Amino acid sequence: MTVREVAESAYREAIPALAASAVGGLLAGVVLGGMRAEFRAVPGLLVLVPALLATRGNVYGSLGARLATGLHQGLVSPEIRGADARLYRAVAAAILNGLLASSVAAVAAFSALLALGGDAAPVWMLLAIALLAGLLSGVVLSVTVVAVVFAGYRRGYNPDTLVGPIVTTAGDVFGVAFLLFAVRTVLFAAGVG
Amino acid sequence: MQTEWTIRAISRAMLPVLLVLTLVEIGSGLVLSSFEAELLRSPSLLVLVPVTIGTAGNLGSILAARLSTAFHLGTLSFEPTDDTLLGNAAATVGLAGTVFPLIGLGAWALAALTAGATLSALTVVTVAVASGLILAVLAVAVTFVATYTAYRFELDPDDVVIPVVTNVCDVLGVLVLFGVVVWLV
Repeated sequence: MTVREVAESAYREAIPALAASAVGGLLAGVVLGGMRAEFRAVPGLLVLVPALLATRGNVYGSLGARLATGLHQGLVSPEIRGADARLYRAVAAAILNGLLASSVAAVAAFSALLALGGDAAPVWMLLAIALLAGLLSGVVLSVTVVAVVFAGYRRGYNPDTLVGPIVTTAGDVFGVAFLLFAVRTVLFAAGVG
Repeated sequence: MQTEWTIRAISRAMLPVLLVLTLVEIGSGLVLSSFEAELLRSPSLLVLVPVTIGTAGNLGSILAARLSTAFHLGTLSFEPTDDTLLGNAAATVGLAGTVFPLIGLGAWALAALTAGATLSALTVVTVAVASGLILAVLAVAVTFVATYTAYRFELDPDDVVIPVVTNVCDVLGVLVLFGVVVWLV
């Protein structure tokens, strides 16, 4: 293929998913804008936001890329029923690593604010929010990634082009939604909300 | 070179990079929280934050995934004249030029509907387009360097390149957006 052909095919494959994920990102922005009360109630939460949203993208983007490469190489077959143990192990590793990274983010945000003399909520509260949001969004994102990559592959789409934008869209929307849910749950359990 | 599909092997390949990137993102969060007051003053800029960061990360991750698979299939060479490299770089800049004007307009409209816009539509669109084009060029550079580095260190690009590219684009997204805001608004 010439440079022009490569560019045109890459553009055509990417534009629908990129546009859809931009819509998701805008919605996430609107939800974040409406969370000002929660940000005030839990100082340090805004510091945590990029790390938590990025963890979703990192972990489940990597899961999706692994599945895409596995499909290309014939290592996994695009079926949920009677799926290979490799698929379950890849999903379990993703959720586990996501929870670990979320806990590290909570402790790091707390420590950084403490060191900089900023205002921070108790570390257990940040940790509880990060873990609850990480677990719920992890389960939903795993299902989403596997379903989208398999369905896309079976219909003849290149899973590589689907993975990034789908994970970012779903990661932003579910990430913000479950973050809001987790904050409200933890504040309620702590008797604050 | 290809990571084995076990929990231990996947974690060993992914966790060190993931934890470093998490700390980098906390740095990005600290930058963001230092601008909290300004963001709350201009709601259209606040709405623009996640979508700008996300789209920059997407441009990088689409490029990285394509290069990663081309690499696994053996159709990628790291020559400056490689058609796969050049074509994908051109597509990335073209995609940014298409999507960011719409993102700017969308952010302004949503902010106007939900919180009330304090900036003009033209200002918000200009901020989005300028940030988007700068970020597209940066995303291409970061992706090429990361893919080449993974190749040199014999790491699986699936585990390393996509997370590195997405996070560097996240942080650059915050920095470029504020650079452009300071410059234009």
